[in-house]
Amino acid sequence: MSGQSNYVPTTAFGKWMHARLPIYALMKETALDFPTPKNLNYWWTFGGILAMMLVVQIVTGIVLVMHFTPHVDMAFNSKELITRDVNYGWLIQKLHETGASMFFIAVYIHMFRGLYYGSYKAPREVLWMIGVIIYLIMMATAFMGYVLPWGQMSFWGAKVITNLFSAIPFVGPSITTWLWGGYSVDNPTLNRFFSLHYLLPFVLAAVVGLHIWALHVPGNNNPTGVEVKSGQDTLPFHPYYTMKDSFAIAIFLMFFAFWVFYRPDYLGHAINYQQANPLVTPAHIVPEWYYLPFYAMLRAIPSKLGGVLVMFGSILTLFFLPWLDTSRVRSGTYRPLFKGLFWILVIVCILLGYLGSKPAEGNAVWYARILTLYYFVHFYVFLPILGLLESPKPLPSSISDDVLAKSKKHALAPAE
Amino acid sequence: MSTTDHADHSRRDFLYIATGAVGGVGAVLTAWPFISQMNPDASVLALASIEVDLAPIKEGQAVTIKWRGNPVIIRNRTKKEVEDADAVKLEDLKDPVARSAVAKEGDPATDANRVVKGHENFIVMMGVCTHLGCVPDGNSPLREYALVEGTAKTGGWFCPCHGSQYDTSGRIRKGPAPENLAVPPYKFLTDSKIQIG
Repeated sequence: MSGQSNYVPTTAFGKWMHARLPIYALMKETALDFPTPKNLNYWWTFGGILAMMLVVQIVTGIVLVMHFTPHVDMAFNSKELITRDVNYGWLIQKLHETGASMFFIAVYIHMFRGLYYGSYKAPREVLWMIGVIIYLIMMATAFMGYVLPWGQMSFWGAKVITNLFSAIPFVGPSITTWLWGGYSVDNPTLNRFFSLHYLLPFVLAAVVGLHIWALHVPGNNNPTGVEVKSGQDTLPFHPYYTMKDSFAIAIFLMFFAFWVFYRPDYLGHAINYQQANPLVTPAHIVPEWYYLPFYAMLRAIPSKLGGVLVMFGSILTLFFLPWLDTSRVRSGTYRPLFKGLFWILVIVCILLGYLGSKPAEGNAVWYARILTLYYFVHFYVFLPILGLLESPKPLPSSISDDVLAKSKKHALAPAE
Repeated sequence: MSTTDHADHSRRDFLYIATGAVGGVGAVLTAWPFISQMNPDASVLALASIEVDLAPIKEGQAVTIKWRGNPVIIRNRTKKEVEDADAVKLEDLKDPVARSAVAKEGDPATDANRVVKGHENFIVMMGVCTHLGCVPDGNSPLREYALVEGTAKTGGWFCPCHGSQYDTSGRIRKGPAPENLAVPPYKFLTDSKIQIG
């Protein structure tokens, strides 16, 4: 979003409009003609997939609100009636419900892509930090949305998560009472969660706007991590990346459709088909899969306040990431030690998620403690030291050189 | 000219800061109603007390009733359960404070401080785990579990969410919960009727 646009309107209406609101010039410059590194791989398509998922969630959500009643006595039934009585309600409700999981699958891939290719490093620190804010807003939105159907897991999930704030010394209990609007999760809580669940996606859309703005100042990172040096290194976003993103979106929608049509309940919990009962806690309560690693961290620490601090600390750590990684080389492709540690971190996060889904008993607690410790050691010990110890592989002199070297290799292969 | 400029500047600075300060205070005052509206409203506060008839609760039985949106556990404890609770040494407790509205604030967590004198068999307490608010399940008086490593006990309460264990007086003995189950304010209206709140 910088520099002069070379757009010259040709039609009379185009000229008239351009003098008053040069919106087409802005679009052309920032979306259509935007110079994009020519070597972006499919891991880079998840930004587009996420934008699409946000639209899917907003559109299906607006429709669901037309049929939903946010009251403790009626919410559960109204959600059930949407899936049974409302025309295509079975489809729209499940698109929204499984859509939340798809959204998180895409955001986790998007985040780990950024971690692997060093997309958080200068000059993209602000872009990365806005991304972390987006992730936090997503988590808050998904949490409040999960409460609305008012099933057993909705209710007890809400109770446990809001009770996290009671761990804050002195003011904790007053904060939870304030959040609830009563002495427990009840009708006022349901009402305010409904209000905020409708608001936050639009806040999200605005922050996504900032994210894209912050992306357009330095431009895209790319698999080599080498900055764009000349026009040789880039392609216009349209049609090259609109096509690539559309193709990836089509594949992702097939994956999404599989869950909606064939496994609509797999990602949820059966107990949430029981209406909320404030007097009975289900035997085994767990959050949705996308929170499980954090839940494992919360339970690993044998102190209430400590567990809460560690859990929030694991996400806040990502804000400091641009300054914790001391390596001058951006892309993990050229960092042999970092590459190994990156994949260990991925496995650690998945294992923490697995432990979060199991009851916190016996050895599971100890495994969770070790893995939680490893998570923090990765960011606060390994990353700072690695930049000093590691000898990276030689970087290509430019994106073009790298692409040419690779295509030469491919061209030679059949001759052998 | 430069002197008048200077005089103007300090006058302007003052007006600038004063305006900013008044505006800031105004913004905070305006924000308060929008924050305060989220606190419990008058109808929620009005549900503050209920009466419960204890006569149908036989020895060894427990009921759970709802008070201010939360479960209250009322258990008519067996003689053994009361003796077990009395026998616990204070130094073995994780939380040595009674957390009881029927005793004085800060009183030690003896069983006597968590019940009403003359009705020691009845324990009345919030069924809200002090960890993250789940409802603890009553343990079978037959099921054994370790309160302190190496000592087997029976009875008490177990929170299914994160495994906190409470003894027959509702005191936290093991697990992540920081405090004993709270005893709400209540009084005996007759020998078999209490008012909570």
